[in-house]
Amino acid sequence: METPEQIKPRLEAAVPGAKIDVLPNDCPAGERSLLVDPAHVLAVAKFLRDDPQLRLDFCSNVTGVDWPDIVVKSKFKKTVVVDGVESEIEETIETLRSGYLECVYHLYSMELKHGPVVLRQRTVNRDHEAPAVSLTPVWRGCEFQEREVYDLYGIRLEGHPDLRRILMWDGFKGFPMRKDYVPPDDFEYEPTPHDEVLEQAKKHYPPEVKA
Amino acid sequence: MPPKNYEILPKTSETGEPIGELLEISMGPHHPSTHGVFRMDLVLDGETVVKLKPVFGYLHRNHEKIAENISYLGSMPYTDRLDYFCSMTNNWAYALTVEKLAGLPVPERAEYIRVIMAELTRLQNHTCLIGFFVQDMGALGTPLMYAFREREKILDLFESVSGARMMCNYMRFGGVRCDVTPDWLAQAKQLVDGYGKFLDEFEALFTENEILLARTQGVGVLPRELVVSASITGPMLRAAGVNYDVRKVDKYGIYGRFDFKVPLGEHGDIYDRYMVRVLEMRESLKILQQALRDIPSGPVMDPKAKLRGFRPKAGEAYGRIEAPKGELGFYLISDGSPNPFRYRVRPPSFINLTVLEDMCLGHRISDTVVILGSVDIVLGEVDR
Repeated sequence: METPEQIKPRLEAAVPGAKIDVLPNDCPAGERSLLVDPAHVLAVAKFLRDDPQLRLDFCSNVTGVDWPDIVVKSKFKKTVVVDGVESEIEETIETLRSGYLECVYHLYSMELKHGPVVLRQRTVNRDHEAPAVSLTPVWRGCEFQEREVYDLYGIRLEGHPDLRRILMWDGFKGFPMRKDYVPPDDFEYEPTPHDEVLEQAKKHYPPEVKA
Repeated sequence: MPPKNYEILPKTSETGEPIGELLEISMGPHHPSTHGVFRMDLVLDGETVVKLKPVFGYLHRNHEKIAENISYLGSMPYTDRLDYFCSMTNNWAYALTVEKLAGLPVPERAEYIRVIMAELTRLQNHTCLIGFFVQDMGALGTPLMYAFREREKILDLFESVSGARMMCNYMRFGGVRCDVTPDWLAQAKQLVDGYGKFLDEFEALFTENEILLARTQGVGVLPRELVVSASITGPMLRAAGVNYDVRKVDKYGIYGRFDFKVPLGEHGDIYDRYMVRVLEMRESLKILQQALRDIPSGPVMDPKAKLRGFRPKAGEAYGRIEAPKGELGFYLISDGSPNPFRYRVRPPSFINLTVLEDMCLGHRISDTVVILGSVDIVLGEVDR
């Protein structure tokens, strides 16, 4: 099977204007993934499905990933001259990498029995309205899984035929799989509270009221 | 069976108004045929289904979020609760993915034990499924009790090796938790030798049964193209004639060493799904015979495997196995900390439900029960 590096130039030739990156993967199995911009992901997906060498007709897994804002610390060495003596010092620079949401697709071929090719698309930011594109028109199997991505991560997948909540109930607020999700304070009376339950109980039942 | 050439859309007048009334009913969440808490929003024209929307999530506990907040090993008992019929294969899928993520080797004997456990799981899952499935068609009690009798023998084997009938929590990263005894292997051999006879008896009840033929042949047909595009896996896929078995394709573990066939259906209807499962059990017996014959001695855990303080390097891995219900996958992203950054389960029965509406349209409401039974869902896995 072709490696992502081999697929990339063919994709760029077939889908003009598509921004495609190959993301590294340091784990021993090392499945590198193709990062495609949301504007071209539908055309890229169609190409991957219909290309006679790839024939990725089976979209096995669809999932979301939440990457919150993080501070990336990068160290680099710098030569400074102090009192005429050259010395090397290490300097740390902190840069804020703004967060984004990501959709990951694991594609296999049932016809040619190879895979996986990992396809990713990223939203611009972690806003609920940040768009991504649904691939349900290409692979029907994405339908429920993309609904789940919408339900738990809040990625609005444009072009999905029936984008509703699937596991949580209608009217639920928030997206539980996000890293910054805070569960609601649904405290119930506890006769012998302890540890964090005690902390929570103090908010609900002030001790002086009881006595 | 539905009348031929039945118009799926309700009959409409010239102005486009439907003639007669459509009835909207909610089947479930506590309907006995839904195998748990599962609901179908049905729109009926008389007794014929014109629209169906599955509704689930009643057992949702956000399994993936729980796993992100505990260590890698801590999720192992939680995977038992996904598909509570097949905890051994759930354990294996998770262990396989973590081994892929961290590059851990597995000793030979442990690989054989895993294969034995997985195939025993497949036997008991398919046996029970057929029991439930004919119960949905009105064969109350007896076949299900026969199935449960055989299942209990397998669960006794699981219990004697892992301490629990259903929540086995048996596999570990780099092996299995404890070794099996020669006595256990002899018992398993005895069970496998006798299982073919039970299957013959079981099949004599159903395979040529007039009621089963009438209610399953030509019902819930899934065409080949739709099955592939809709990511259907497992016996449902193979019943439609697509030769795709992860055991053959990926050859994970040591499946490349065994001689077995992949049974395929032709029509993609419920009867083919039933038949594929029966034949798959017979192939499982072949694998078990070979595994029990060839199992070597040796350690069952990789000596370098570290259970406590396990921190794989940053990276990601997707691992999958052929679970009894279809392709069970795990997707893990590690950021180098003791907890997974992202933990995802690809549940086969959840995705197999995608085409429930396509299978049921145009059939009677009593057929939806049989069709749902043939999908083989477990709500612990669908809802997670």
